[in-house]
Amino acid sequence: MSIRVYDLAHSRAGDKGNTSNISVICYDAKHWEFLERELTVERVAQAFRHIAKGPIRRYPLRNLRAFNFVIENALAGGVTISLAQDIHGKSYSNVMLAIELPDPK
Amino acid sequence: MRSKDTVRVGSGAGTSDDRMVPALELAERGDIDYLVFECLAERTVSRENLSRSKDPNQGYAPSLHARLRMVLPTCIEKKIRIVSNMGAANPVGGARAARKEAAELGLGDVPVAVVLGDDVSSLVQHKGELRLIENGEPLESILPKMISANAYLGADVVCEALNTGAPIVLSGRVADPSLFLAPMMHEFGWAYDDLAKIAQGTAAGHLLECTASVTGGCFGWPGKKDVPDLARNGFPFADVKADGSIVISKTPDTGGRLDVMTCTEQLIYEIHDPTAYITPDCVLDISTIALTQETSDRVRLANATARPATLTYKVNVGYADGYIGEGEVSYGGIDAVARAKWAAEIVKERLKLQGFTYDDFRVDLIGMSSLHDNLESRPEPYEVRLRMAGRTHNRKAAHAIGFEVRALHMHGPGGAGGACEPRVRDVLAVKSVLLPKNTVNPQVVVEGSL
Repeated sequence: MSIRVYDLAHSRAGDKGNTSNISVICYDAKHWEFLERELTVERVAQAFRHIAKGPIRRYPLRNLRAFNFVIENALAGGVTISLAQDIHGKSYSNVMLAIELPDPK
Repeated sequence: MRSKDTVRVGSGAGTSDDRMVPALELAERGDIDYLVFECLAERTVSRENLSRSKDPNQGYAPSLHARLRMVLPTCIEKKIRIVSNMGAANPVGGARAARKEAAELGLGDVPVAVVLGDDVSSLVQHKGELRLIENGEPLESILPKMISANAYLGADVVCEALNTGAPIVLSGRVADPSLFLAPMMHEFGWAYDDLAKIAQGTAAGHLLECTASVTGGCFGWPGKKDVPDLARNGFPFADVKADGSIVISKTPDTGGRLDVMTCTEQLIYEIHDPTAYITPDCVLDISTIALTQETSDRVRLANATARPATLTYKVNVGYADGYIGEGEVSYGGIDAVARAKWAAEIVKERLKLQGFTYDDFRVDLIGMSSLHDNLESRPEPYEVRLRMAGRTHNRKAAHAIGFEVRALHMHGPGGAGGACEPRVRDVLAVKSVLLPKNTVNPQVVVEGSL
């Protein structure tokens, strides 16, 4: 059985240069430790392997029941020179939400 | 109603293309003291520098006219002071345009305090040895193509502009949160060493700088994160007290929602290291912040902390970097994807036969791979739109992409429909350097008489 990040958390993506910044925010604080254990840098790197070269850093924000993922080399050179349609990578939060994790139940 | 010891700072724009009417609603019904318009994206100043080089009266944000025409009568009547970076590459020109708008609206002689000194292009001309933050190469590698160089100034000089008493303050490049922090420093006399207050004000500025992002914009998801009456979503403001206590809320009787969830998304947005969000005013730490719902549409921001500001300004250097050309055409029905893929190969071959080369080239099948790539694992849709784009320093090569994609109507696989006109745009690239603050000279001048 698996569960999606989408089932436990919401997310928004932003950009700075060629780096994508994606938050993962638990609906309920009780799921924070599960995500801390399962939503690892490695798991996120796997989901973004077609999009970003990395490296990826994860910053825990327990006070906001959240995590901040910073993914480098993710935006085809950055907003000003990117050939992508979604130059800011705003839609990347949906790649994060679609990640499947083992069901905690 | 709000208490008299509270200053209310409203957010009227989070980009030059932001919606207009919510700013007017905020001015009319929000009982605000300040209305801040943040209107500069990374490359806007570069683009406006090009406008200014064609016409010395231009170079400020073109939306200044419509924005001020809309809110000035209300703001002057209610003594709401306006703070904005709409001066872009020509803050003095913007101030003159603003004064002209005020005069034409019958509001008389409205003085404008202008923040100058962000334009450091002549200064960095002699500093080719500075290293670009993005790739570590020397600045001199892009100096010959440089269009603009602007330091992100801080709240201190904007506060100085507010101290003149002018109803309007216009700047060029100023860090977004600083535009909101400045009125708080002006009202309460906060100094940079009042770190707890500077931290609170900076965090509030960050929450407000994208307007609707805390009121349900860029948030909703049907059935999962519902947003009531999103079509009429309102803009936010901060209620600030001298001790640094802050509550975020929004224009009464507007749509949208403002709660801990919306505020958390915006608080983390584009922060990178949450313990070190560097602005010209401080190094903010959001990992200590507590957001709590006070009442409906009111969220308290508490416990922001910060370290003292760094000794450098971040400078955005804009430069011309060739062209991007693109074209699109659609295929539908049986074997739509196979025909689109074949079409892409034909266009690539035709571009190659003409001797065109590209620094970067991209093929998207819109409906399958344009956002998140990974084409081979996507299910085939009924219809697909082929998009091809390339970056090059040869304008003809850029144009040829859209030209050849459009020609697929007659010269490609069967049943191509709806090609767009060939598109070519100038690339205004941006890289950044750090410049010691003591080499930059922020200053304030006043247009008109106080």
